[in-house]
Amino acid sequence: MSNKQPAWAPEDLDRFRAVQQLAYRCAESVAATLEPGVTEKQAAQRMRRWLEANGADDWFHVPFAWFGDRTVFHKFRSPLQFFPTDRRLEEGMPYILDCAPVADGYTADIGYAASLGGNLVQQQILDDLQEYRALILAEVRERKPLNEIYRSVDGLIAKHGYENRHRVYPGRVLAHQVTRLKVRGPRTVVAGFGVRSLQTLGRELIGERIQHRSPLWADGKSSAHTPTPGLWAVEPHLGLRRVGAKFEELLVVTEDDAYWLDEDLPHVRNWAATPRNTELQKTKPQKAQAEQAQPEGSAA
Amino acid sequence: MKEQQSFVTAPDGVRLAVFEWGDRSAASTVVLVHGYPDTHAVWRPIAEQLAERHHVVAYDVRGAGASDAPRRIGAYTLATLEADLGAVLQHASPDRPVHLVGHDWGSIQSWESVTGTALADRIASFSSISGPCLDHVGQWMRDKLRHPSPRGLAQAAWQGVHSWYIGYFHLPLLPPLLWRTAMVKAWPALLRALEGVPHGSGSPTFPTDAVRGLALYRANMIPRLSRPRRRPTDIPVQLVLPQKDLFVTPSMAGQAPQPYVDRLWRRPLRAGHWAPLTHETVLARWIDEFVTHVEGGPAAPGLERAQVHHTVELAAEPRPAHTGQLVVVTGAGSGIGRATALAFAEAGASVVAADLNPDSAARTAQLATLLGAPHAGSYAVDVSDVAAMESFAKAVQAEYGVPDVVVNNAGIGLGGAFLDTQTSDWDAVLGVNLMGVVHGCRLFGAMMKERGEGGHIVNIASAAAFLPSRTLAAYATSKAAVLMLSECLRAELADEGIGVSAVCPGFVNTAIAKTTRYVGVSDGEQDRLRRNADRLYRLRNLPPERIAEAVLRAVRENRPVVPVAAEARIGQALSRFAPGALRFVARRDLTPR
Repeated sequence: MSNKQPAWAPEDLDRFRAVQQLAYRCAESVAATLEPGVTEKQAAQRMRRWLEANGADDWFHVPFAWFGDRTVFHKFRSPLQFFPTDRRLEEGMPYILDCAPVADGYTADIGYAASLGGNLVQQQILDDLQEYRALILAEVRERKPLNEIYRSVDGLIAKHGYENRHRVYPGRVLAHQVTRLKVRGPRTVVAGFGVRSLQTLGRELIGERIQHRSPLWADGKSSAHTPTPGLWAVEPHLGLRRVGAKFEELLVVTEDDAYWLDEDLPHVRNWAATPRNTELQKTKPQKAQAEQAQPEGSAA
Repeated sequence: MKEQQSFVTAPDGVRLAVFEWGDRSAASTVVLVHGYPDTHAVWRPIAEQLAERHHVVAYDVRGAGASDAPRRIGAYTLATLEADLGAVLQHASPDRPVHLVGHDWGSIQSWESVTGTALADRIASFSSISGPCLDHVGQWMRDKLRHPSPRGLAQAAWQGVHSWYIGYFHLPLLPPLLWRTAMVKAWPALLRALEGVPHGSGSPTFPTDAVRGLALYRANMIPRLSRPRRRPTDIPVQLVLPQKDLFVTPSMAGQAPQPYVDRLWRRPLRAGHWAPLTHETVLARWIDEFVTHVEGGPAAPGLERAQVHHTVELAAEPRPAHTGQLVVVTGAGSGIGRATALAFAEAGASVVAADLNPDSAARTAQLATLLGAPHAGSYAVDVSDVAAMESFAKAVQAEYGVPDVVVNNAGIGLGGAFLDTQTSDWDAVLGVNLMGVVHGCRLFGAMMKERGEGGHIVNIASAAAFLPSRTLAAYATSKAAVLMLSECLRAELADEGIGVSAVCPGFVNTAIAKTTRYVGVSDGEQDRLRRNADRLYRLRNLPPERIAEAVLRAVRENRPVVPVAAEARIGQALSRFAPGALRFVARRDLTPR
């Protein structure tokens, strides 16, 4: 059996919330330092230093930074391409900072999308992401099977005209479970993941498999089960052409309910500050009118 | 309309023959300057069209036609030619600035006045066809050599190759000798063979013009190209860029003036060097549009898209491939259609998105704008409805102009056995998949042909067009028809410079899997089949963006048939080399159950 408790005690949730806040503060602080010409490696290094200086003692995975078309994982063929490169940041370029620090065993995993000096396409995606946050929560509360929720998210992506980019993540995951690390062992990093986190994840994979569940939330049969109680790091990652955006934050799932661990996060604050335009408000009205009820798609 | 001939005398005593068409009291005067080895006759077809609205003036440049021909090479410098133009302007329009149009050498010498001070306030606008400012060319060449990039060096070398004749014209004896002998008959025949210049459009004074005009090259080329000056101008300039020009490459002609001209319009034309003789209607319209706009009228949609916005250009180099084009996509509310519209938008094109669903079409237009489309619009259209398509085409033309690219993409899926397929099912599938494409080709193709600037039509067929299947009779038939329609239309429109491509995608992950109707099964079975198909399409994982890239490539390279993805390529190969294998597979029911 896994070391995850079915429901977390309030004090544990407070600790998770604190680490998540720490991670988002890190992303915001480092984002504020990004200047034209900075490389992904430098940005990732800054996150790493900041977190180490502010209480992180291990990694679920090492910090990642993606600039430009790497925010949509353009032409990614191998997982090695997730690691930071010497790509330089330019004015108007979108970027994503993704870090997953561990403090005293409590794990956070966050994603922070922004751009240097503004990017209209990314702003639109970031605005639309709030629909995904609402949709995912609503369907988890309905206790729909996880793979069906994944497909609902794909449906919304198709309606919006975006591309699903979380399917590039290992396992095509929309989300993955996080938990409190209790294993012992060296705090080393292998292939970008903390060894102790990998140990825990491995144990989870096996433990959950026995119950025909998966700690990885994808669209396949292994996710054909109702939401497992626990903490899920949910990371819808959308792209439009060469511009990507995501958020990633912890969702608390209990036996009969679900809620976002923290409402005081940068993207949520931004949505509250700028109330959503009613959908498609910016577009022009239609002109030629002639309709029949008939299904329409695209050629196969 | 008959031309009126008169003479003016240049400051150095040379008499110039001036020809006028139309009403002298018209609101604007257009002055046409011919090139080498031509006379004012090269402008006759355009002048006659322009004369309906403008006072049109052309003159024989010194050394050509009915004008005097001084013997000294020194009498042909750009400064003397500018003085000639001054004399003509004084005669033709003493009170009002004129709209200048130059072709070939006529354009080169006009740049001297456009970028100079002597006549600048006498010129309201300048349309340049195939004749760059020599100073700009010199600066452009220097710039390419000082800041070498592989692309820049290739462009400079390519222009060098096209400029071979400049060196040749500097040779003693040979060029005049050839003009007087072999070229007398060969030159008109060459123009006809290479560019389709109509017979009999040459000037009666032809070989003499060619021999005397050599002085233009000998007096100006070396000094101007070797010591280029910096020559900016405030005059609005419309650059016409014939894409198949054998002497002036469009990349050079399009780039060279950019740093020196504040108000610049750039209009590529599918034509050769002698566009005034082969594309007179288009050029007359473009000149008229430009004159009207500079005089304060509204910009025609095509002209508006052609305007160069310096800030945008500097930020996003190199220039996106489809800048200034107008692209119409049907079925643009989802899947391949939406991905194609957005890919064109990202490549700088203006986009019109049509779909049965107005909201999703509007969303596509919104995203296109975000991606940088200068203009984006959306229409709710049922492509199978003739009347709706006609009003759609008219609305597009009125609002945005004639499209440069049309993508007939809207389509629906239908599965099931032929004997279970009702007549109404056939009407539905053929109505959208075939007649929708027919209407799109017919309406927009006619517009493109009439406009005369070429264009491209892309029809989305399918791998099913060459893969027979016992469960896809209606769908595969409709797509095979689209393929053959595209091939026939390609042959018909080739002479108009309009390309036609059929793109044949494999199993693309779009909404079609979930909306395909299966005949001969119960409703519950229907849902299950759709779900299964959707699952397989997801597994196949062929994103619509792949097809969009293929569509853009088909347009850029004018490719006839483009299979996309392995199943389509293999299917196409098997249909040629092993049709028996496909027939064998066709007998299996491959519907995912």
